Amino acid sequence: MEEEQEKALSLVLFSGTDDKLNAAAVLTVGAAAMGRPVNLFLQYYALDAFRTGKVCADHALSPEATAEQAPVVRAHPGQHWSELLKQAKDVGEVNIQACALSMDMFHLKQADLDPLVDGIEGVAAFMASAGDGQVVFI
Amino acid sequence: MSTVAIDKTIDARGMACPGPLMNLIGAIRQGQVGQVFEVLSSDEGSKTDIPAWIAKAKQELLETRQDDGYAHFIVRKAR
Repeated sequence: MEEEQEKALSLVLFSGTDDKLNAAAVLTVGAAAMGRPVNLFLQYYALDAFRTGKVCADHALSPEATAEQAPVVRAHPGQHWSELLKQAKDVGEVNIQACALSMDMFHLKQADLDPLVDGIEGVAAFMASAGDGQVVFI
Repeated sequence: MSTVAIDKTIDARGMACPGPLMNLIGAIRQGQVGQVFEVLSSDEGSKTDIPAWIAKAKQELLETRQDDGYAHFIVRKAR
Protein backbone atom coordinates (compact mmCIF):
# COMPACT_ATOMS: atom_id res chain seq x y z
CA MET A 1 0.00 0.00 0.00
CA GLU A 2 3.01 2.32 0.37
CA GLU A 3 4.76 3.95 -2.52
CA GLU A 4 7.77 5.69 -0.96
CA GLN A 5 10.42 3.57 0.73
CA GLU A 6 10.40 4.35 4.45
CA LYS A 7 13.55 4.25 6.57
CA ALA A 8 13.98 1.01 8.49
CA LEU A 9 13.50 0.85 12.25
CA SER A 10 16.07 -1.45 13.83
CA LEU A 11 15.60 -2.76 17.34
CA VAL A 12 18.27 -4.54 19.34
CA LEU A 13 16.46 -6.82 21.78
CA PHE A 14 18.75 -7.51 24.74
CA SER A 15 16.31 -7.97 27.64
CA GLY A 16 14.40 -11.21 27.80
CA THR A 17 11.60 -10.25 30.16
CA ASP A 18 8.03 -10.44 28.91
CA ASP A 19 7.33 -6.72 29.50
CA LYS A 20 10.28 -5.53 27.43
CA LEU A 21 9.65 -8.11 24.72
CA ASN A 22 6.04 -6.97 24.63
CA ALA A 23 6.99 -3.29 24.39
CA ALA A 24 9.40 -4.13 21.55
CA ALA A 25 6.74 -6.20 19.77
CA VAL A 26 4.25 -3.31 19.98
CA LEU A 27 6.83 -0.96 18.42
CA THR A 28 7.51 -3.55 15.73
CA VAL A 29 3.88 -4.08 14.78
CA GLY A 30 3.23 -0.32 14.74
CA ALA A 31 6.22 0.42 12.54
CA ALA A 32 5.37 -2.47 10.21
CA ALA A 33 1.75 -1.31 9.92
CA MET A 34 2.97 2.20 9.02
CA GLY A 35 5.10 0.81 6.21
CA ARG A 36 8.55 0.88 7.81
CA PRO A 37 10.79 -2.15 7.38
CA VAL A 38 11.79 -3.46 10.83
CA ASN A 39 14.96 -5.33 11.74
CA LEU A 40 15.16 -7.13 15.07
CA PHE A 41 18.53 -8.28 16.37
CA LEU A 42 18.27 -10.77 19.25
CA GLN A 43 21.03 -10.70 21.83
CA TYR A 44 21.65 -12.25 25.25
CA TYR A 45 18.45 -12.83 27.25
CA ALA A 46 16.11 -11.83 24.44
CA LEU A 47 17.64 -14.53 22.27
CA ASP A 48 17.04 -17.08 25.01
CA ALA A 49 13.32 -16.20 25.01
CA PHE A 50 13.13 -17.16 21.30
CA ARG A 51 14.29 -20.73 21.88
CA THR A 52 11.97 -23.42 20.52
CA GLY A 53 9.33 -24.26 23.07
CA LYS A 54 10.29 -21.38 25.36
CA VAL A 55 8.51 -18.53 23.61
CA CYS A 56 5.32 -18.88 25.64
CA ALA A 57 7.09 -19.66 28.92
CA ASP A 58 7.01 -17.12 31.76
CA HIS A 59 9.96 -14.79 31.15
CA ALA A 60 9.28 -12.69 34.27
CA LEU A 61 9.24 -8.88 34.36
CA SER A 62 11.94 -6.22 34.38
CA PRO A 63 13.43 -5.26 37.76
CA GLU A 64 11.74 -1.85 37.52
CA ALA A 65 8.30 -3.46 37.85
CA THR A 66 7.28 -2.80 41.45
CA ALA A 67 5.29 -5.23 43.59
CA GLU A 68 2.21 -3.10 42.89
CA GLN A 69 2.82 -2.90 39.13
CA ALA A 70 3.72 -6.53 38.41
CA PRO A 71 0.21 -7.99 38.88
CA VAL A 72 -1.27 -5.16 36.79
CA VAL A 73 1.17 -5.88 33.94
CA ARG A 74 0.53 -9.62 34.13
CA ALA A 75 -3.26 -9.22 34.17
CA HIS A 76 -3.36 -6.92 31.14
CA PRO A 77 -5.31 -8.62 28.33
CA GLY A 78 -2.95 -7.54 25.51
CA GLN A 79 -1.67 -10.13 23.06
CA HIS A 80 1.51 -12.10 23.69
CA TRP A 81 4.64 -10.62 22.11
CA SER A 82 5.04 -13.63 19.84
CA GLU A 83 1.52 -13.09 18.43
CA LEU A 84 2.28 -9.39 17.87
CA LEU A 85 5.47 -10.31 16.00
CA LYS A 86 3.53 -12.77 13.81
CA GLN A 87 1.05 -9.98 12.99
CA ALA A 88 3.92 -7.61 12.26
CA LYS A 89 5.41 -10.11 9.80
CA ASP A 90 2.00 -10.50 8.23
CA VAL A 91 1.40 -6.77 7.62
CA GLY A 92 4.90 -5.64 6.85
CA GLU A 93 8.53 -6.34 6.24
CA VAL A 94 10.00 -7.67 9.50
CA ASN A 95 13.34 -9.43 9.64
CA ILE A 96 14.27 -11.18 12.89
CA GLN A 97 17.91 -12.17 13.21
CA ALA A 98 19.78 -13.88 16.04
CA CYS A 99 23.10 -12.33 17.04
CA ALA A 100 25.88 -14.74 16.07
CA LEU A 101 27.89 -13.90 19.21
CA SER A 102 24.95 -14.67 21.53
CA MET A 103 24.25 -17.90 19.61
CA ASP A 104 27.84 -18.92 20.21
CA MET A 105 27.74 -17.89 23.88
CA PHE A 106 24.71 -20.07 24.61
CA HIS A 107 25.80 -22.89 22.24
CA LEU A 108 22.68 -22.49 20.10
CA LYS A 109 21.98 -23.48 16.50
CA GLN A 110 19.21 -22.16 14.28
CA ALA A 111 17.28 -25.41 14.87
CA ASP A 112 17.13 -24.48 18.57
CA LEU A 113 15.20 -21.30 17.77
CA ASP A 114 11.53 -20.61 17.15
CA PRO A 115 10.53 -20.29 13.46
CA LEU A 116 9.87 -16.57 14.10
CA VAL A 117 13.64 -16.14 13.83
CA ASP A 118 14.64 -15.73 10.18
CA GLY A 119 18.35 -16.33 10.53
CA ILE A 120 21.64 -15.71 12.29
CA GLU A 121 23.85 -12.74 11.51
CA GLY A 122 26.78 -10.76 12.83
CA VAL A 123 26.62 -7.20 14.08
CA ALA A 124 28.03 -5.72 10.89
CA ALA A 125 25.30 -7.36 8.80
CA PHE A 126 22.71 -5.99 11.23
CA MET A 127 24.19 -2.49 10.91
CA ALA A 128 24.15 -2.85 7.14
CA SER A 129 20.42 -3.68 7.31
CA ALA A 130 19.85 -0.72 9.66
CA GLY A 131 21.41 1.63 7.09
CA ASP A 132 20.79 5.25 8.09
CA GLY A 133 17.58 4.42 10.01
CA GLN A 134 17.30 4.51 13.78
CA VAL A 135 18.77 1.78 16.00
CA VAL A 136 17.02 1.32 19.35
CA PHE A 137 18.37 -0.82 22.17
CA ILE A 138 15.82 -2.52 24.42
CA MET B 1 -26.56 7.24 13.36
CA SER B 2 -24.51 6.86 10.24
CA THR B 3 -26.18 7.02 6.85
CA VAL B 4 -23.44 4.97 5.16
CA ALA B 5 -24.23 1.32 4.42
CA ILE B 6 -21.74 -0.85 6.30
CA ASP B 7 -20.52 -4.05 4.68
CA LYS B 8 -18.74 -5.47 7.72
CA THR B 9 -18.53 -4.59 11.41
CA ILE B 10 -15.38 -5.49 13.33
CA ASP B 11 -16.17 -5.62 17.02
CA ALA B 12 -12.78 -5.11 18.67
CA ARG B 13 -14.14 -3.82 21.96
CA GLY B 14 -12.04 -5.06 24.87
CA MET B 15 -8.96 -5.57 22.71
CA ALA B 16 -5.76 -3.84 23.77
CA CYS B 17 -3.72 -1.53 21.53
CA PRO B 18 -2.88 -2.23 18.68
CA GLY B 19 -5.44 -5.06 18.31
CA PRO B 20 -8.34 -3.05 16.80
CA LEU B 21 -6.04 -1.43 14.22
CA MET B 22 -4.57 -4.80 13.27
CA ASN B 23 -8.06 -6.25 12.83
CA LEU B 24 -8.99 -3.32 10.58
CA ILE B 25 -5.83 -3.80 8.50
CA GLY B 26 -6.64 -7.49 8.09
CA ALA B 27 -10.21 -6.74 7.00
CA ILE B 28 -9.13 -4.03 4.53
CA ARG B 29 -6.54 -6.32 2.97
CA GLN B 30 -9.11 -9.07 2.45
CA GLY B 31 -11.92 -6.76 1.33
CA GLN B 32 -12.88 -5.28 -2.03
CA VAL B 33 -12.32 -1.66 -3.05
CA GLY B 34 -15.42 0.36 -2.16
CA GLN B 35 -16.43 -1.81 0.80
CA VAL B 36 -17.20 -0.01 4.05
CA PHE B 37 -15.95 -1.35 7.37
CA GLU B 38 -16.97 -0.29 10.84
CA VAL B 39 -14.55 -0.85 13.74
CA LEU B 40 -15.85 -0.74 17.31
CA SER B 41 -13.01 -0.08 19.73
CA SER B 42 -12.73 0.73 23.42
CA ASP B 43 -8.95 1.18 23.10
CA GLU B 44 -7.89 4.83 23.52
CA GLY B 45 -4.94 4.25 21.18
CA SER B 46 -7.32 3.55 18.30
CA LYS B 47 -8.39 7.22 18.30
CA THR B 48 -4.96 8.24 17.07
CA ASP B 49 -3.79 4.99 15.46
CA ILE B 50 -6.69 4.30 13.14
CA PRO B 51 -6.70 7.82 11.57
CA ALA B 52 -2.87 7.75 11.29
CA TRP B 53 -2.89 4.40 9.53
CA ILE B 54 -5.75 5.42 7.23
CA ALA B 55 -3.85 8.55 6.16
CA LYS B 56 -0.68 6.54 5.59
CA ALA B 57 -2.36 3.70 3.73
CA LYS B 58 -4.49 6.19 1.73
CA GLN B 59 -7.77 4.67 2.82
CA GLU B 60 -10.85 6.78 3.56
CA LEU B 61 -12.13 7.57 7.05
CA LEU B 62 -15.80 8.38 6.60
CA GLU B 63 -16.81 8.92 10.19
CA THR B 64 -15.75 8.59 13.82
CA ARG B 65 -18.31 8.61 16.54
CA GLN B 66 -18.00 8.17 20.30
CA ASP B 67 -20.46 5.86 21.98
CA ASP B 68 -20.75 4.85 25.61
CA GLY B 69 -17.29 3.46 26.40
CA TYR B 70 -16.22 2.82 22.82
CA ALA B 71 -15.80 4.54 19.47
CA HIS B 72 -17.02 3.74 15.95
CA PHE B 73 -14.64 4.19 13.03
CA ILE B 74 -16.24 3.92 9.60
CA VAL B 75 -13.72 3.30 6.85
CA ARG B 76 -14.03 2.81 3.12
CA LYS B 77 -11.47 0.68 1.33
CA ALA B 78 -10.27 3.22 -1.23
CA ARG B 79 -7.57 1.17 -2.94
